[in-house]
Amino acid sequence: MNLDKEVAKIEMQKMVRGENSFVLYRCVTCYACEEYCKRGNHPFYLISDLQEKNSILPMPKPLITQWINTGIPTKKDIREFWGAVEPVISLCLFPEYINSIEGKLFEGFSIVVGRYFFCQLAYLHFGRPSIIRERLSSIIENIANHGFQEIVFFHDECYSTFTSYTQAYGIQVPFRSVHLFEYLYGRLRELEDEISPLNVKVAYQRPCSSRLAPEKEHFVDDIFNLIGVERVEREYDRENSLCCGGIIRGQQRYDLFVDVQRRNVVDMVNAEAEYCVFNCPMCFASLSEAVVKRDIKPIMMHELCRLALGEVIKS
Amino acid sequence: MSSYTKQIHRCFRCGYCKFPSDYAEYNCPSFSRFRFETYSTGGRLWLLWAWVKKEVEWSENLAKIMFSCVTCKNCVEHCPMKFKDDIVDWIVSARKDIIEKGAVLSSVRDFLNNIHKYGNPWGEARGKRAVWAEDVKRYKPGDEFLFYVGCVGSYDERGQRMARSFAELLEKADVSYGILGSEEECDGNEVYVLGEMGLFQELARKNTGKFKELNVKKVVTLSPHAYNVMKNKYPRYGTFEVFHYTEVLLKIIQEAKLKLSELNVEVTYHDPCFLGRYNNIYEVPRKILKNIPGIKLVEMDRNRENSFCCGGGSGNFVMDLLGGSEESPSRIRVKEAYETGAEILAVACPSCLTMFEDAVKNEGLEKELFVKDISELLKEVSK
Amino acid sequence: MDRVCERLARIVGENYVSNMKEELYIYSQDPGMMEPREPDYVVMPKTTVEVQKIVKLANEEKIPVIPVGGSLSLSGLVIPHKGGIVLDLKRMDKIIEVNERCRYVVIEAGVTTGRLKAYLEKHYPRLRFSIPDAPPSATVVGNIVIHGQGHLSQQYGFNSDMVTGLEVVLPTGEICKIGSCSVSPYWFSLAPLPDIAGLFLGWFGTTGIITKLGLRLYPRKKLRDIEVFIVEDPHLVPDVVYRVTHTEMAEDIFVNAQPYPPIFKDIIMMGICITGDSEEELEFKRRMIWNVLRTYIDSKEGGFMMTTPDVKRALLEMPITGTTRFADVMKGGGFEYCGPIIPVEKYPEAYKKLLELSSEYGVTYGNTCRVIGRGHCMMFAFGYPFNRADPDNMERTKKALHESNVASLDIGGVPWKPEVPAQKMIMARMDKNTLELMKRIKRFLDPNGIMNPGNWEG
Repeated sequence: MNLDKEVAKIEMQKMVRGENSFVLYRCVTCYACEEYCKRGNHPFYLISDLQEKNSILPMPKPLITQWINTGIPTKKDIREFWGAVEPVISLCLFPEYINSIEGKLFEGFSIVVGRYFFCQLAYLHFGRPSIIRERLSSIIENIANHGFQEIVFFHDECYSTFTSYTQAYGIQVPFRSVHLFEYLYGRLRELEDEISPLNVKVAYQRPCSSRLAPEKEHFVDDIFNLIGVERVEREYDRENSLCCGGIIRGQQRYDLFVDVQRRNVVDMVNAEAEYCVFNCPMCFASLSEAVVKRDIKPIMMHELCRLALGEVIKS
Repeated sequence: MSSYTKQIHRCFRCGYCKFPSDYAEYNCPSFSRFRFETYSTGGRLWLLWAWVKKEVEWSENLAKIMFSCVTCKNCVEHCPMKFKDDIVDWIVSARKDIIEKGAVLSSVRDFLNNIHKYGNPWGEARGKRAVWAEDVKRYKPGDEFLFYVGCVGSYDERGQRMARSFAELLEKADVSYGILGSEEECDGNEVYVLGEMGLFQELARKNTGKFKELNVKKVVTLSPHAYNVMKNKYPRYGTFEVFHYTEVLLKIIQEAKLKLSELNVEVTYHDPCFLGRYNNIYEVPRKILKNIPGIKLVEMDRNRENSFCCGGGSGNFVMDLLGGSEESPSRIRVKEAYETGAEILAVACPSCLTMFEDAVKNEGLEKELFVKDISELLKEVSK
Repeated sequence: MDRVCERLARIVGENYVSNMKEELYIYSQDPGMMEPREPDYVVMPKTTVEVQKIVKLANEEKIPVIPVGGSLSLSGLVIPHKGGIVLDLKRMDKIIEVNERCRYVVIEAGVTTGRLKAYLEKHYPRLRFSIPDAPPSATVVGNIVIHGQGHLSQQYGFNSDMVTGLEVVLPTGEICKIGSCSVSPYWFSLAPLPDIAGLFLGWFGTTGIITKLGLRLYPRKKLRDIEVFIVEDPHLVPDVVYRVTHTEMAEDIFVNAQPYPPIFKDIIMMGICITGDSEEELEFKRRMIWNVLRTYIDSKEGGFMMTTPDVKRALLEMPITGTTRFADVMKGGGFEYCGPIIPVEKYPEAYKKLLELSSEYGVTYGNTCRVIGRGHCMMFAFGYPFNRADPDNMERTKKALHESNVASLDIGGVPWKPEVPAQKMIMARMDKNTLELMKRIKRFLDPNGIMNPGNWEG
């Protein structure tokens, strides 16, 4: 928003008092403020709650309706995965990745997936945090009923839901959440002898939800070091990462969307990245087309790790 | 009745099953040949359902329609519906029911009877199976590969030349192998797809029993039909590794066990259904061809998963239900090969080899297009 | 073989004629819901002369003739209501000529949409035709004969508006050329001659058999993309269409609504396709379209959906295979739709009626609409998947379809490719003199009443 510090301070204080602010209308919901706040005051959760309280719609109504409906379990969704045992990974709302959870990295893994495992955090983008709190306890209960002590979350957002968000709202979580990258790093260490360094230059597309769990960020570099990948130095990386643009487009801010994606991709091109590595499937869906047009190969982190083990990825 | 009776009504008769992925030509061999809607997969499934519902009575014509499907899996590849993977299984299940009712075509009955009595579909004497191979090594325990020749390789003159080429290459490359000779049984792939499950089980048990007796660990097959059935249907009877002969040849080349001289010629390669669509092996034969110096590989438009079947599947390399016309699939295919400008039509299947040899003659292209299998080509260039 | 069969065999060869039960069974029905009626013979000619001979034979023998292409109208238009000879035209599959400079193609009656698409993509990559979303086994001529629409209809009208010439075999056996090709070697236009083509378009083969057709081709751009605008309120749809069509930037515009999967529930999606030879061209068109809908965006009543590459790929297919997969929604092997052509402003009424009928008859629905000719009208499909193995479901679906036809007429639309019962409903409401004119034309052209009888009979 390009605000100076004084204006930002005033607007923040308004919101802390529960008042309206133009920030509530212009927030792109990139979660960055959650990371920037070193005091753990959860400014973005506050923004989201105020948006709902003031009936401020960050997105058009039909898109909000669409996403609310997307999260409601259907007859095809499975509540209980009989036979699923640890180690277990939750794919949340991304069944299209089921076939990629294979190979040496995921030997013996059970998969749970579907709307009964949907973390709900996406509704922060839609100004409907009440839905998260409405549905989250039954999601937690569903996971816990399987008896899992520990569960790996494929999507960064899921991990952040069951750590950062639940903590912020005092919701108890009776299982240990494992970040996918933490798991991948550990497993790669076990298979270190089988790794062939990839010797490629990559740009990393940091998703918004990583801002909620910055303590896991180092695993990105740890993994890259282990598999012989150079993370290119570029402007829009780490704390300075740019949103993939997907949500901005959903907010119908087309010019901003074009600008954000352009800056991000040009940054990757200038840094001579050969791959763009993704953490989040939604980022992948939003940005992959743009990177492909600039001859950069899009790939998910777990697939990059599988390549380093000499495995073939079915595209 | 099998479970297909509860599912076949799901076919919409949309017609996607008739085409390759670019829709340029009809890619269903029986529909291309006969052109009545009854001979498309959709027509066949609707008739099957009509038969199940007793709206249509069994007849010779219905039998012809049912058994003229060569089970090439083009329909499985291109049907847009969720049940696509089951389509050929439905037809096989229906054939099983048809056979149990004794309501088959005479040519199908003869085919199966010959295999049952003589171990081959032509009714040739069992003892003749290894006549072509008097000087080919017999398998003994400890040999690396059992070279499974199959019926076409054993009894058909053209198939025998193919078998001989491969055996000679194995010799040249000093690969440890042997054949079963006249103790070899029919692999049963055609028997299976024709629906005669009792006979199939008997053949599978005999073959796997023999393999166990000889402690066979690896089988290399000449025919993709044998490869398919041994890889996918035999495991419940016995475990061993199965290779198609092109896989073994590629390894030989990659290990530089053969020195290859140049052959400056344009070649086009036909993907056999039981190697390609059934088992996803598309690149291995192509890699072999590309390793031969001087060869220029030109592709037909319908290649890989869009390959147009030679029309020999489901026993039709003997029964020839799709033959006798300019619209026979094998004749259409050789014309397609000829149009690429290639001199050689390379194949990796003895059934395709015999089908295309005949088709080339019928098209009057003997001086322009030569049909050779991959092992024959390699033999020509290897020192 | 009986006498007629023998005569047919002498014309087309015995391999291409059948009176076997199996062929009669399959050709007695299409994948829709209309009751089967068996023909007496199925014959597959290869040339116009063979067609002519068959028609002459039929006149002599007073046997009906039913010309058949892909059999995919789903409304039983090729079902032989009074027996007769089914003329499967798919062996007449030559693409005769493409005139690249004048952008037209001349094809035989049996050329499938899939084949023409593949042919143009390979040999004339800068040209395309208005391909419908029917499966690629549909014939180009069959689609045109029923006033079909395709991906270029928003820009250029019904597919039948794109005809540049015809060769027809009249019911009395004469072969006629219509359009510029009747005077010149070129098939570039129906005008400036008196437009006789209309005597054969929309008549479902009751006035003659089209054996060749000239068709306009259009520029094919290198790139194609889609924006999907969604709203909840159906009353907004006509204005959205009006605004977007005003920009003249869109290629295809379709409107979809369906209760499943959840991502589509409770919303109406408008797919707006754009094409361009460069990213700049696409971007310009995209921005024009976004700008024209800014009012709805700012009011939060509408917005452009976030589409993933997979969703885009599915929506940008030509033909869209999802249309065909609709037939498996009930795991029942079929769907049928009443697809009236309606004024765009009637969309909200039609949509409301669809929801009512779906609820009343307990059948699920899929609605798809295609804008035609810059919003002059739209095809609104009351689409119902059904289960062939469930007689109760079939019965309810038939009732829903019938009521959909009634509703279409009530709101001022006209059922497209109507089944025989719907044809009668149309004729009952038709201007009397128009109806009389139609009858006179049919009597004049087909004095023996052999051409696809049962259709357009008042």
